[in-house]
Amino acid sequence: MHQTSHAQLEPRTRIGGSLVFDLQLSWRGLRINTMCHELSTAQGRESFKSDEEAFMQRFALTEPERVLVRTRDFSGLLEAGGNIYYLIKLGAVTGHGLYRMGASMRGETYEAFLATRNVPQSV
Amino acid sequence: MARIVAGIGTSHVPSIGGAYDRGQTDTPAWKPLFDAYVPVRQWLKALQPDICIMVYNDHGADFFFDRYPTFAVGCADHYAIADEGFGTRALPTIRGDVAFSQHLCQSLVYDEFDLTICQKMAVEHGFLVPMHLCFDPSDTGWPVASVPIAVNVLQHPLPTARRCWRLGQAIRRAVDSYPADIKIAIIGTGGMSHQLTGPHFGQMQADNDQDFLDRIERDPESLTHITHQEMMNRFGVEGIELIMWLVMRGALSPTARKIHRHYYAPMTTGMGMITLEERQ
Repeated sequence: MHQTSHAQLEPRTRIGGSLVFDLQLSWRGLRINTMCHELSTAQGRESFKSDEEAFMQRFALTEPERVLVRTRDFSGLLEAGGNIYYLIKLGAVTGHGLYRMGASMRGETYEAFLATRNVPQSV
Repeated sequence: MARIVAGIGTSHVPSIGGAYDRGQTDTPAWKPLFDAYVPVRQWLKALQPDICIMVYNDHGADFFFDRYPTFAVGCADHYAIADEGFGTRALPTIRGDVAFSQHLCQSLVYDEFDLTICQKMAVEHGFLVPMHLCFDPSDTGWPVASVPIAVNVLQHPLPTARRCWRLGQAIRRAVDSYPADIKIAIIGTGGMSHQLTGPHFGQMQADNDQDFLDRIERDPESLTHITHQEMMNRFGVEGIELIMWLVMRGALSPTARKIHRHYYAPMTTGMGMITLEERQ
């Protein structure tokens, strides 16, 4: 029996308010994710830290995308097609670990977010 | 003849690797998790598998969206430790088994699984965390050879739950047709419930995780009919990784016996584990 293309996932659906990373989003976010992918090398991380603007230029980010990176707007980067696992690399190089990124997505301080966890010491 | 002796489902949360590297396995926050795997390592040591098939996903360390495989199988004599954006972890290189990998790839492709075959592959926390939870490395490296099988759980469309189950069944057929008298363990990794984006960042669903652990043991086929959307409703967007446990379970017989089971949910991900042993 043939499955329709939407049988697994309704297009543009959100789960608990979150986008699902699909081909449309991946295509939109390709520049951002390509740049973040480069942060998987020590050389890429050094290049980013030494000249962030040149690094974004190298990966041809649009001006709105550059603003999102400059302001460390991770929720905005997700909406622009950034994939969370690549954005974690940008977070690591800019001092925004996953739990800090998550707290900001929830609209909470890092400390307030930790207080909601079963074992906050397991960071 | 080769045979599968054991199957394991386990989370591969990266913070487990961080705690392991920092020597925090005995701290109050981490001891419950690490203690649960002590008997698992003893059990595996007694079973003495020759090869571990590790079903995991890459999180952007080795694969990129310029070309993204649905199923990628390692076919090399070793696999490097990948840099995930923090430098590389001080773990021994992963030893491969070329002859077995070549047989596995040939068998799976002729069984109509159109794989990406990788003669160079670097592995990261999705692979490494289950590896050091289940096996102790020594001065000479890991006690088993490994075959990494990477599944796309990042960029939808993903393989269906049923496709993952069927891949497991095909792996079983490949093992059964391998002439060498060796023992295989298969590990399905990922999950359990977690959501890493949006206003519900960090949401866990412990009841659904426990139900999954029940079903993966006793009624795994009931999980193969669940759509990705329903899976994500139950386990969060990133909890979709649980489809990889179905590859493991599909490779085992229905009567495989549960040996260990554990669940711990300290932070943002339900950390689950189940082990199953084949009746010999």
